[in-house]
Amino acid sequence: MTKDETKQVVLEIIADIAPDEDISNLKSDVRLRDQMQLDSMDFLDIVMELRKRHNIEVPEADYPQLASLDSCADYLTPKFEALGK
Amino acid sequence: MSFKSPRIVITGVGLTAPNGNTLSEFRQNLLNGVGGIEKKEIRYMGELLAGVCHYDALKYQTKKELRVGTRAGSVSIYCAREAVTDSKIDFANFPKDRIGIYVGTTEHGNVETENEIYAISKFNYDTKYWSHYHNPRTVSNNPAGEVSLNLGITGPAYTIGAACAAGNMGLIHATQMLRLGEVDLAICGGVSESIHTFGIYAGFKSQNALATHADPLKASRPFDKARNGIVISEGGALYTLERLDDALARGAKIYGEIGGYCVNSDASDYVLPNPGRQAECVRKALANANLAPHDIHIVNTHATATPMGDIQECEAIRAVFGENCPDTYINNTKSYIGHCMGAAGALELAGNLPSFDDLIVHPTINVDDLDPQCALPGLVINHPKKVGRVDAILNNSFGMLGINSTLIVKRYVA
Repeated sequence: MTKDETKQVVLEIIADIAPDEDISNLKSDVRLRDQMQLDSMDFLDIVMELRKRHNIEVPEADYPQLASLDSCADYLTPKFEALGK
Repeated sequence: MSFKSPRIVITGVGLTAPNGNTLSEFRQNLLNGVGGIEKKEIRYMGELLAGVCHYDALKYQTKKELRVGTRAGSVSIYCAREAVTDSKIDFANFPKDRIGIYVGTTEHGNVETENEIYAISKFNYDTKYWSHYHNPRTVSNNPAGEVSLNLGITGPAYTIGAACAAGNMGLIHATQMLRLGEVDLAICGGVSESIHTFGIYAGFKSQNALATHADPLKASRPFDKARNGIVISEGGALYTLERLDDALARGAKIYGEIGGYCVNSDASDYVLPNPGRQAECVRKALANANLAPHDIHIVNTHATATPMGDIQECEAIRAVFGENCPDTYINNTKSYIGHCMGAAGALELAGNLPSFDDLIVHPTINVDDLDPQCALPGLVINHPKKVGRVDAILNNSFGMLGINSTLIVKRYVA
């Protein structure tokens, strides 16, 4: 899976958990919470959906790795690859 | 010590029922004999009957709020916002810490718990897939809390668990809090999301108390010989209540005045009603209102269309209103909308409030063959009845574990 594909996976999750937001112009290198309404429960939603949809576990200590789309891609892409995706 | 209890009045109504999303729509359908029961797929059980509300949830909530919150919360928000708008109060400038939210519920948490168990069943019951929203969704205060979040109200916001007596209880509790001076405006009544839990259906079915009928609109038929149980419904009705002086000072429309009330307990059975205690509840409410039985012009019954329950309530009503009440008329609203559980008392009161203005008593419908044991004098059947005067409405709501509530609303007279 490429980093762009990983970003797309994350964007699909964000679209579901923040259905009122326009996510078409999110900047990859800016913290998600600085670009949209995203509270701590929403953040847990991202973690839960990664678990449910993709069998990916994100330990609490690694939550900061999900701050932006770029950091998500950097952190999650190896995990997808480890699962053979 | 002498204490002149402040008079409390109803100044706003917000509701959603299976047959209407505003008071005027609801009322018109009650006068036109238009019910609102339909078929609904219930998890594990198949197609059953339900009173489903079709209000516009996005009118007052974002998609995210709907995703995070509960159906009871959404119903509550819709009703609260409609009531506040209807009251024409200057809400933006009203001190938010002086507003109380008191929402009656039959139960809360079943829906979300069932949904989560179903969801983790897809993951071999591994609880790491259990939602982090489960606790905020299932705490008992959820419906009231969602209203406080939506409207930015910082005063007390909680629910009142009182089985199917809860709708009246919301208004009664609000009256008490306004009289104590705890708040200056109350948003109160009752809500239900019960059609979204299979457990309520299965429970009533196991009790042999779930209605069946080929025609959904004929299924809820209190007082009819062929009645065979309850139609479960969702819904809500929340009111704004104020002290009379405050309402007059701002020139509010006054729907009616809280005349009196009583809440008591059967202390006799988990589920079976107790006509003696019901009659006692009605009599105590009359005494609290300083009214005699013949002063009541509309008695809205709780009757849910169970074979025994209807007869027992009729027994209680006959004991109080059976003689010397020539101007007392009796009706039932569940025949249109089923049993809205925690919302029932509040919704059924709303359906009758316009009678103060139009002097029409809405009938109970679906009575094709009146059960002689339910043939109360003054029972209004199948057709609306124009009457000479409506000065007081008495509203009964009873619930499991033997809780009874009777609320009397009077025509406002200066």
